[in-house]
Amino acid sequence: MKNPMRLFHNVSLIASVALLLGFFTVATSWSAGAQTVDDPFAAALQTLNEKSFKKKAAAIEAMAEIGDPRATAALEALAAGHLFSRKSDNAIVIGSGIENGYALTDPVSGAGVGDVGKRDVKKITVNNRLRGQIRGILGRLALSSEDAAQRLTAAQNIIKSPSPGSLDLLRDARDRETVGKVRDVLETGIAIIELESDDTRLRLAAIQTLSGSTDREVKALLEQMFVTDDAGDFVEADADVRAAAQAAIDDINGRLSLLAVAENLLFGISLGSVLLLAAIGLAVTFGVMGVINMAHGEMIMLGAYTTFLVQEIFRTVAPPEAFGLYVVAAIPAAFLVAGAFGVLIERGCIRFLYGRPLETLLATWGISLILQQLVRTLFGANNREVANPQWLSGALELGGGVSITFSRIYIIFFCLAVVALLAAFIRYSRFGLNMRAVTQNRAMASSMGIKTGQVDALTFALGSGIAGIAGVALSQISNVSPNLGQNFIVDSFMVVVFGGVGSLWGTIVGAFGLGIVNKFLEPFSGAILGKVVVLIIIILFIQKRPRGLFALKGRAAEA
Amino acid sequence: MGPITSRLMGLESRRGWMLMLALGLIMLVLVPILNLLVPADSIFHVRTFWISILGKYLCFAILALALDLIWGYAGILSLGHGAFFGLGGYAMGMYMMRQIGDRSVYGNPDLPDFMVFLNWQELPWYWFGFDQFWFAALMVVLVPGLLAFVFGWLAFRSRITGVYFSIISQALVFAIMLAFFRNEMGFGGNNGLTDFKDILGFDLASRNTKVGLYAVSVIALALVYLICRGVVSSKLGRVLIAVRDAESRVRFLGYSVTNAKLFVFTLSAVLAGIAGALFVPQVGIINPGEFSPAKSIEIAIWVAVGGRGSLFGAIVGAFAVNGARTYFTGAAPEIWLFFLGGLFVLVTLFMPKGIVGLVQALREGKLADILPKRRGQLDG
Repeated sequence: MKNPMRLFHNVSLIASVALLLGFFTVATSWSAGAQTVDDPFAAALQTLNEKSFKKKAAAIEAMAEIGDPRATAALEALAAGHLFSRKSDNAIVIGSGIENGYALTDPVSGAGVGDVGKRDVKKITVNNRLRGQIRGILGRLALSSEDAAQRLTAAQNIIKSPSPGSLDLLRDARDRETVGKVRDVLETGIAIIELESDDTRLRLAAIQTLSGSTDREVKALLEQMFVTDDAGDFVEADADVRAAAQAAIDDINGRLSLLAVAENLLFGISLGSVLLLAAIGLAVTFGVMGVINMAHGEMIMLGAYTTFLVQEIFRTVAPPEAFGLYVVAAIPAAFLVAGAFGVLIERGCIRFLYGRPLETLLATWGISLILQQLVRTLFGANNREVANPQWLSGALELGGGVSITFSRIYIIFFCLAVVALLAAFIRYSRFGLNMRAVTQNRAMASSMGIKTGQVDALTFALGSGIAGIAGVALSQISNVSPNLGQNFIVDSFMVVVFGGVGSLWGTIVGAFGLGIVNKFLEPFSGAILGKVVVLIIIILFIQKRPRGLFALKGRAAEA
Repeated sequence: MGPITSRLMGLESRRGWMLMLALGLIMLVLVPILNLLVPADSIFHVRTFWISILGKYLCFAILALALDLIWGYAGILSLGHGAFFGLGGYAMGMYMMRQIGDRSVYGNPDLPDFMVFLNWQELPWYWFGFDQFWFAALMVVLVPGLLAFVFGWLAFRSRITGVYFSIISQALVFAIMLAFFRNEMGFGGNNGLTDFKDILGFDLASRNTKVGLYAVSVIALALVYLICRGVVSSKLGRVLIAVRDAESRVRFLGYSVTNAKLFVFTLSAVLAGIAGALFVPQVGIINPGEFSPAKSIEIAIWVAVGGRGSLFGAIVGAFAVNGARTYFTGAAPEIWLFFLGGLFVLVTLFMPKGIVGLVQALREGKLADILPKRRGQLDG
């Protein structure tokens, strides 16, 4: 529903094509004249040739009365000045401007009837009154459309510029309306108009209706009642109505603030899930091996670039209808690519630095610089475009102007799935058992026959692979650039430090906690200052719990 | 102090002292003469451009010394030292900003250009006093020192060590960077402070001022070196080394690890602030980019390349890495990050004691000592 008008055109186009086919099968030899006899719409259309505006008005009304779907296109053309009379046979045609003339369409059949010069057609003139009439009729036609979405758009358009004239129209439509959502919009529209009514009872009823709204414009309308004129009198004279309006405003405010809380919560969870995806791999490697992988952000970046590559492959090789599945294919691909790089880094560098965590930190930072520059050399420094597939695009409307994109919602669930899988893997698999053993006591695990070197390498691969998966998710909501990882590195460290090293629960709580706190701080302090405040809070927080929320207890913590 | 202790502290012998003195005199006397007195067409002439570059390196060397003091001797790897460097730089920048007066683009004698641009009516309170050099100089020392004291107190008190401290200090510098990027902070936002005209009445564009600033930097580096040397060769220095190698043991022996660390961390921050204050008039700009975490991490690689735990090594490292940067960003910019990244990896893997350690090992024929050890042979 990006562009309701386009949808509208498409529908009318399809309708015209269907009609056209019908005509062709019934009788291909019908002339324009023959149509006017049997087709009341065509007859009414032909009357537009009359000079008198009064007769034109009658013709327009007649076209609307017939309720023919073709009327919409014809009336739109008329209001826009695109309806012409062909001089050769006085046929009414729709013309769209081309070079030195018009491309003509027959409004009855919907078929193209050739191009003509500018002088071969005469414009059918309308005045402002006719335009107003057409607008009303178009609104009415749309309101009685078969498609609920079209009716909704029409109703929303009408209440955007409420006028007492459309009151009956709205009431009619409301009585006929069967879809609840459209009916609500119509009710709101009626109430907005009735707010201006002279009847106190009607105004009170209208306020009653409007108090259920979450629309800021409705709230502004109600607040208008408390504006005082020059004499110091309220615009709304009746004290009862004012009291009702006040109550309604309070209602709306309450609902709006509730909505704001819900919005912060939802966006906080969304941010938290992104942080969690970015941090959980880090938590695994940090927890098991006690080393900080500064190149973790670059693993995320590699995952995002893998997604880009998979997308390009799908674009060239796969059939177009399968294109949307590239995201699914990218998940294992990103896991493997990032995981392979992880093994490479661990075997090639980190294993020589065990017991020297600060040096590991510096070495992995160096690796991150190299990877960034490598990607910049291969793919260029600019952002790479990763398109959202059809099934991930769009947004969920929450009312009150709040909406969240589907991709973010998917990421929340995706993130939970990844964490659940990881937790199950660590809890139930043989390798997970070894991992936990090494986390708790490396020396003891080694003496029990666990190959700690192997566990380290695979743990690093696992952590990096998850970072790669995070890259797939991030490619859907942020720019894919060589710096992608850098934006997350400090945040994901904070999550790990806040949550506590070596604890999956800590990471989950840390990520969602930080995400939500961040979003709740933003309205008060702005996005950047909110982040600063969160960082300060963390620095203060680890005063109380230096090892994070869910710290490992006992000797392992001191190692 | 016996020879073993001084070896342990990476200090120099008598010959080393002579070398240092000679180098210092060359930097302080010969280089300015080659610039000011030798005619421009002579091959011995040093261009003013190089004077400025060398001045910059000198400031970086002070910064490297500051980091080596805490990392090399007390085992505290701060990844946020750019914060103190930048704050010192901003304090000096604010002084020079106030010195511009009505020579700015908007010509407002009281407000810097960016404040006029933001429609501010008066100077924020924290800008007061910065028209006086003594006040700015005081702030160069006080602001980084105070921040380091508070931050260090919070961190060391709750025994945050190792990589935890590194990450938290990185978060600190990141938070400061984000804050300084905001226009509302009143420090020029994204663009920072620039367009300086003069310092203490000397025109910043003139060659004599540049050479003067360079000479001041040489003297400052020498002084900072002596201070650091004084600290590490004192009893406190020995406690610090003990803390680096076995923190818990030192604590159980009855020393206040927290106080020792706090003192050296605050001192280090003050030195970094001084480096920043000398840096800004020589490059003519200070902006939030100085607070980027990447820059702060880079300081660690200067120290690592030169040789951590050796004061002379820190200076060597700062000159070597920044010299390489100047060369690469001119000759092959796309190679620079590969080179820098490779440096991080190779130095940590193969040169744990840096250039100084390598030279020492070559001289003593003990190369095997410094090559990486396999796990299991480690003593940590």
